[in-house]
Amino acid sequence: MSDKKVLLDYGSGGKASQRLISELFKAHFSNPVLNRLDDAAFLDIAGPIAMSTDTFTVDPIFFPGGDIGSLAVHGTVNDVAMLGARPRFLSCAYLIEEGLEFEVLERIVASMARAAEKAGVYIVTGDTKVVPRGMADKIFINTTGVGTMLTDAYPSGENARPGDVVLVSGTMGDHGLTILAQREGLPLETKVESDSAALNHLTEKLVTEVGDIHVLRDPTRGGLATTLNEIAQSSSVGIQLEEELIPVNDGVRSGCSILGLDPLYLANEGKFLCILPEDKVEKALEVMRADENGHGACRVGTVSAENAGKVIMRTPLGGKRLLNMLEGEQLPRIC
Amino acid sequence: MNEHAATIDAESSRIRFTITGAVQGVGFRPFIYRIALDHTLTGNVRNTPEGVVVEIQGTSEQTAAFEHDLHHRLPPLASIVTCERKPLTPREGEEAFEILLSTGGEGHSVLISPDVATCPDCLHDMLDPENPRYLYPFTNCTNCGPRYTITRSIPYDRDKTSMACFPMCEMCRAEYTNPLDRRFHAQPNACPQCGPEVWMTDAAGAERSRGPQAMREAARALAEGRIMAVKGLGGFHLVCDATNAEAVARLRERKNRYGKPLAVMVPDLDTASAVAHVSPAEAKWLSGIERPIVILRRRDDSAALAPGLAPDTSDIGIMLPYTPLHHVLFVHYREFAPDGRIPALVATSGNMSSEPISIGNREALARLGGIADLFLLHNRDILIRCDDSVVRIIDPGDGPAPLFMRRARGFTPRPVFLAEDGPSVFGTGPELKTTLCVTKGNQAFVSQHIGTMENLETFGFYREIAAHLTDILQTSPQAVVRDLHPDYMTSRWADEESGLPVHTLQHHMAHAHAVMAENRHEGRALVLALDGTGYGEDATLWGGEFLLVDNIALTHQRLAHFSPVRLPGGEAAIREPWRIAQAYLHELGITAPQNRPWPWLDAHAPASRMCAVMLERGLNSPVSTSCGRLFDAVAAMLDVSLCVDYEAQAAIRLEAIQAMDESHIYECGLTQRADAADVLDTLALFRQVHNDWQAGVDAGVISRRFHLGLAHALADAAATIAARHGVDTVGLSGGVMHNVTLAESLPRLLAARGLTPLSHRQTSPGDACISLGQADYGMRLLKRS
Ligand SMILES: [Fe+3]
Ligand SMILES: [Mg+2]
Ligand SMILES: [Zn+2]
Ligand SMILES: [Zn+2]
Repeated sequence: MSDKKVLLDYGSGGKASQRLISELFKAHFSNPVLNRLDDAAFLDIAGPIAMSTDTFTVDPIFFPGGDIGSLAVHGTVNDVAMLGARPRFLSCAYLIEEGLEFEVLERIVASMARAAEKAGVYIVTGDTKVVPRGMADKIFINTTGVGTMLTDAYPSGENARPGDVVLVSGTMGDHGLTILAQREGLPLETKVESDSAALNHLTEKLVTEVGDIHVLRDPTRGGLATTLNEIAQSSSVGIQLEEELIPVNDGVRSGCSILGLDPLYLANEGKFLCILPEDKVEKALEVMRADENGHGACRVGTVSAENAGKVIMRTPLGGKRLLNMLEGEQLPRIC
Repeated sequence: MNEHAATIDAESSRIRFTITGAVQGVGFRPFIYRIALDHTLTGNVRNTPEGVVVEIQGTSEQTAAFEHDLHHRLPPLASIVTCERKPLTPREGEEAFEILLSTGGEGHSVLISPDVATCPDCLHDMLDPENPRYLYPFTNCTNCGPRYTITRSIPYDRDKTSMACFPMCEMCRAEYTNPLDRRFHAQPNACPQCGPEVWMTDAAGAERSRGPQAMREAARALAEGRIMAVKGLGGFHLVCDATNAEAVARLRERKNRYGKPLAVMVPDLDTASAVAHVSPAEAKWLSGIERPIVILRRRDDSAALAPGLAPDTSDIGIMLPYTPLHHVLFVHYREFAPDGRIPALVATSGNMSSEPISIGNREALARLGGIADLFLLHNRDILIRCDDSVVRIIDPGDGPAPLFMRRARGFTPRPVFLAEDGPSVFGTGPELKTTLCVTKGNQAFVSQHIGTMENLETFGFYREIAAHLTDILQTSPQAVVRDLHPDYMTSRWADEESGLPVHTLQHHMAHAHAVMAENRHEGRALVLALDGTGYGEDATLWGGEFLLVDNIALTHQRLAHFSPVRLPGGEAAIREPWRIAQAYLHELGITAPQNRPWPWLDAHAPASRMCAVMLERGLNSPVSTSCGRLFDAVAAMLDVSLCVDYEAQAAIRLEAIQAMDESHIYECGLTQRADAADVLDTLALFRQVHNDWQAGVDAGVISRRFHLGLAHALADAAATIAARHGVDTVGLSGGVMHNVTLAESLPRLLAARGLTPLSHRQTSPGDACISLGQADYGMRLLKRS
């Protein structure tokens, strides 16, 4: 591979694409399923499975704490994991803008391979398309994941029950603010870093060792506020949050206060929230805090029968406000 | 009953009057009874679902005299809206004039009166040691007392009020049933024998004393500098000695309210005049039956009041006692306060900042326990929350006029009369300082001030009032009109809870419809919406707008607006005016300080660097044409206010520092554009502010030049635009019209240009009028379709 840039030929299905597959993807993703290079991957998988797909577009493609490659693995792995499943296999499709430096693509692929290895999943099939300049922005990646279910009583957004407790695995808003600051070249005073990480090992422990996990969700786009609203609506329950208890990194907090953004609406890529009965809380927190992705786990609120469909935040001064889903951007309401 | 019974002769005539308006629970029937007796008429009076029906019979002189009195001797609280007159055939053998018992359905067309300040007769009773109601804190009569705040539902009868649990004693019952007594059918009639009583507790709710003793001890504690939560008419007050700087500071600290003015209650007009300048018009408002807080200019020579009451201005909000309890408290306070101390008590809403005012005893103990040392409670429940009203008396050129800052107790639920009848419509109001409005016939009932909807308790209050108002008006709105802003709680309420067809109206169009409705102006008007920020039709934030509105054709057009400027950080920019100053500079191409460091660089340098990038990249920096934000920018540029503790603080300070003898006027022209709305060049206005600031000109001088420049620019631009579109009426609305300089000068400047100004006189020009504009618009919309 002497070329410096990805050309249209790479997606043509001819020799160029074959080289790409064997020298790049097979080299990095090497695993027994992929290596067969048949038209489809043969998966030896039995019983109920979970499946999820997502397409990743992020600007910039490299950012503190990760890149589009690791993000594409973590995103899908986490979505499968949130159903209480063990992610096993990923597919991976690239849409590449002509002219992307080959070296960049290779870094991304290598990062995906590392992320997949750490998450314990195989990338088993894939596709590459190259489009003319301007038809895409550098690179888009789609991943689809399947995993085996670990429990019949799997967690779901519909299962929050009055009396349950809401836990989060760590600080909120890190990924969203990092991407924004990076993209816009914001002179943030305190460094921020994306939390992008695979959460499946930790969620597996929760599902199997703690059990009775009612809801597991990763608050990605729209942040904690939006995800909790979805849960409150699907479960027809009210959710009360204590503003003081919600962990936010200092850098994120100060950055958000200058930007006028609420970290609770910013995306996370390595955090989850967990809703479970009170008597499981202690054990769950113990399990979470012992894991590298759950050091900052804590309780942030409770579930109630009243105020069904609504998320209510108690402020440190004792006031209560509705934490709404936004119609679009955060727009000033002050008159 | 009537010994002067008329006999039928050839001259006899009989007339039936059907009267609607504020004619129930205000001594109306006894009044009719008295004037019928005065003129020796026979007949009867009764309440019906259609209103009060009176039949009189006598000679034509007698009936004419009755009719004259009916319209000219009305009891203080009564007002007639319609009076239908129908001649009847005289009736044989009628000997007396009677008050007939009401039959079912009573009160449906009858308004509940607002709460009314203690009348002179009741005050006299209370101060007379021989009177059974001597120093009794709950006396009232048909001419005064609680109404709206103690009434659960209609018809207005004792069992529908929070007096239901106090059976009247013999004396009270006799008064209540005697048509010639001042307390005839006074629903909250009470005395120490049978009525409510007070007691005082500590912050934990443990009783300290009860009855007259509690009143004395409360007064003593106040004189000693304690903070007390006092249950009043429409909610709790937090009360302390207004001359005690330390107590005032403590109250602010505990209430988490800094800077925002605190209102003061004084026992009488003489005391008011000792601490502030009181004009005859202001005296009338201070001592009127509504008893609002009147914002007065503080006397320079009055060092008696604590300086922390209103640190940003030289004004002070003063009110007089409006319940017997207040009067009794002052009687005792004078006993305990040392000689020479002015009897003046801070009386501010009993809430934490942003929460609604507390009304229940237990609620108050829970919510105010961290603020008040003591609680003065009583057992007459407040059913409807209602804050004190706040008004300022201004002179816009045609004599003194009220400028409402907050319209609530004493005024609600008095309606605004609209130009025409129409279907019932609900206006939701906006998000902050909201009210809601329900129309019935040609009357628009604007609720009391509700507050900031983001707070859940306030939203609960909103729901209560939405249900209550439609209930007491016995009306079912056909539609709801809400703001365009998708994330307002009121918008959500309309969409998700109202169950009615939803229409939307842009925020400043609602301001325009409101000022037109209040003035019963029909047709076209140019309206200047001088406001904070409201969601615009182009998804930018409007607030300095020239709108051509036709409320008959129901068309509107944005003809001109202020220079668009970004608000870096959105709501954060509104809390930190320095960001807006930087945005104006950025818009002028000034991205770094020139010969003088920007005032905010000391405290906000890193944020300022970020703001520069945000402005460059348009990051979370919505574009706005707001007038209020221009004031913010100027205030920050002059280092008058870099960050605000409460809404409009920057503008209030900027207005207060004006050097009134300055007469130079900044230039600000109207840029005409062919295919878009014209632009009032407010950037140029800011450039002159900045230039003078760089040159070291005094901030007070700059502020004055700015105020004059803006007022003249608005009047000139209005004249140009009005002429171009052939309109001669110019409405003024929006929160910036709370600025007295503009509120007094703009109508004069417009009138001098041959235009007819319309201003708000019944509602606040701020967002409290939005619901009225929405409802009026909705009514017109439904009538058209
Ligand atoms: Fe407004
Ligand atoms: Mg996903
Ligand atoms: Zn009275
Ligand atoms: Zn009695």
